[in-house]
Amino acid sequence: MAKTTVTRQQAAVRTVERPLYTKLKPGQKPELLAPGGSLEKLKFAVHYGADAVYIGGQKYGLRSNADNFTFDEMREAVEFANRYGAKVFVAANIYAHNEDIAGIEDYLRNLQDIGIAAIIVADPAIIETCKRAAPKLEIHLSTQQSTVNWQAVQFWKEEGVHRVVLARETTFEEIAEIKRHVDIEIETFIHGAMCSSYSGRCVLSNHFTDRDSNRGGCCQSCRWKYDLFEGGGDEFEPIPGEVEVNAHRTMRLGEGMGGVPLFPGEDPFMMSAKDLCMIEHIPEMIRSGVESFKIEGRMKSIHYVATVVNAYRQAIDAYFADPDGYELKEEWLQEIYKAANRPLNTGFFFGPPGHKDHIFGPGDKRIDYDFAGLVVDYDEASGVTTVEQRNHFKPGQEVEFFGPGGTLFKQKIGELTDEEGHPLDAARHPLQRVRFKVDRPVKPMDMMRKRTGKKA
Amino acid sequence: MNEQAERGAAGETGGRAKPELLIGAGSMDEIAAYIDAGADAVSFGEQRFGMRLPGDIPEDRIGDAIRLAHAKGAKAYVVCNGILHNEVLPALPGYLQTVAEAGADAVVFGDPAVLIAMRQTGVKLPLHWNAEMTSTNYVTANYWISKGATRVFLARELNLDEVIEIKRHVRAEVQVQVHGMTNIYHSKRTLLTNYWQHQGRALDGERLDAGRKLYLVEEERREEKYPVYEDANGTHVMSADDICMLESLHELMEVGIDSFRIEGLLKKVEYNVAVLRSYRQAIDAYAADPDGYSFDESWLEPIRRLQDPGRELSFGFFYKEQVY
Repeated sequence: MAKTTVTRQQAAVRTVERPLYTKLKPGQKPELLAPGGSLEKLKFAVHYGADAVYIGGQKYGLRSNADNFTFDEMREAVEFANRYGAKVFVAANIYAHNEDIAGIEDYLRNLQDIGIAAIIVADPAIIETCKRAAPKLEIHLSTQQSTVNWQAVQFWKEEGVHRVVLARETTFEEIAEIKRHVDIEIETFIHGAMCSSYSGRCVLSNHFTDRDSNRGGCCQSCRWKYDLFEGGGDEFEPIPGEVEVNAHRTMRLGEGMGGVPLFPGEDPFMMSAKDLCMIEHIPEMIRSGVESFKIEGRMKSIHYVATVVNAYRQAIDAYFADPDGYELKEEWLQEIYKAANRPLNTGFFFGPPGHKDHIFGPGDKRIDYDFAGLVVDYDEASGVTTVEQRNHFKPGQEVEFFGPGGTLFKQKIGELTDEEGHPLDAARHPLQRVRFKVDRPVKPMDMMRKRTGKKA
Repeated sequence: MNEQAERGAAGETGGRAKPELLIGAGSMDEIAAYIDAGADAVSFGEQRFGMRLPGDIPEDRIGDAIRLAHAKGAKAYVVCNGILHNEVLPALPGYLQTVAEAGADAVVFGDPAVLIAMRQTGVKLPLHWNAEMTSTNYVTANYWISKGATRVFLARELNLDEVIEIKRHVRAEVQVQVHGMTNIYHSKRTLLTNYWQHQGRALDGERLDAGRKLYLVEEERREEKYPVYEDANGTHVMSADDICMLESLHELMEVGIDSFRIEGLLKKVEYNVAVLRSYRQAIDAYAADPDGYSFDESWLEPIRRLQDPGRELSFGFFYKEQVY
């Protein structure tokens, strides 16, 4: 991952050394907040070390394509999280239209009754309803409000908001300025996909597909390809016929469209941002005084959630165990890469992102690892694990186990049997339970991955 | 003052008084030309605090601009609708004081920092709430009214039914954009600069601002061109079509919408003058005889003549249904 210059990083850290408000007591770790795209994903997030998980309900949230929780599922989620001492937040972060107003009160009351700890909310209509009808719910102001300055944070604090999730467009310096002025919990993103626009300030999907981006219909039009032309007025001649617009194709423009393509033969224009990853900057994140570190990814896989939460959990724990001696372990970074489907960068933390922080070619990189199995049991006496199949694997294949607390090892699969002991030539069926010997102890909910592609 | 009282009554009587015709101006010349063409109000400001202005009126000239508008019988609104970063906060109270002393009729805001700054200065000025695409329902509109807003500028992505319903429930003035392009994407990132640098091209002397007339064409949508430009506030992508509600203006006047905003961005002064004249005719005709009003196709002609052939005149989202 490209590093920003050392001088800039040092400068950013230096400005953090003024007195800052923080709700964290000395030695208290910031909250690691993970995405719960489904009940199963929530369980993995909590098990792998998240202090809190945010989920979506069936209404009022962005991400209408996620497996959003029914109230029953929310109850189960809260019960599960409570066992670990973790909290559950519900994202009710749309900008509501008139037709959405009527059901808000009942919905929020339900969340309160279920034991949800907080709602993540942008629209004042929902904020005000929450204060009135469900006062036990904490109000966390969503990044959709694009809060970037300390006076805005001050305003929301006076409104009774418990926590502000800052816009991703804030630098470490700006965060420090906010924390110097306002005594309120601050949450920042630490990992995952980023809107390239100010959150909430994009209606590309509305224009391209009639799907309302601020109510969950975002179709990620910022990641499509565009061609850049010059000449929007009548002083340019209409372009006849086909014109070469970029390295990949020519195009026939609509009638009456004038102008010249600016970079024929080159990469198309894109608005796609690389994903955020701050694992190499844990000390700066912790010294900022920010109370909650948020991982984005309700639409991402169980493999991503478990891998990423696991890596950040270990890094944060290692820092608190020995702040002065803290060093980033290379394997945490490698783990992150195994779950990353886009190139990574540090967003705005050290200053405005440059061209290297954006994706111009084919952006998605193939993840080289697949989630292949879930550990459901381990017998110490025999050293045999029972694994639930999540992808095809077979004897002789090299796999990798990982789990909370630093479990990480590779091995080749030896003899494979079903639960009755009958030999199998492969684990073919989803959720099929199989057994084989493991080189090291594993625990239920540890995960097994296999390499894909050439080495599958 | 009389006009103000008339417009104030509009909300209660259901639309017999004239709505205000409002346009953004980028220079003293534009202020004069637009008011002469029929604008009842002009908005202006500078990039530090305002976004997507057709030009900057610097702080040391803003008093003159306000006085010019007033001398010509129009209102002057100062635009501070930016997403404000920490670095501009120290200058904000002084700026608000300056425009208040010069007699500005309102300040347009989106960021709550403006409310804090107003409180700091002790200045009392009417506030117009404009949070762009996030100004979407009447409960939220009333919330900002309870915080001091005297007018709400609705999102451009609402349909007519939603606009009407908001007007019915809102305790202050309602403003709607009736003509011109809309902002569909706003980033803090310098995406054009990044693109140039990605290609390894030098940026010296390269214009990436609104005057360069750059536009984007999407792979699957070859008939549409989306203007794009960069400025101190980041990168802005604008709609491919221009809203034109002239034909349906009576529907908005019937329900008493208080202000019609013309978006003049990226258009020549000549075009905006033609637009103002046409909308002026429609507004005056309706006010003179609402029951006998009928739309005159000839009002559209001057606009059509000057309309960029690559940009469609549309009804925007007024008659659309969106899914989510």
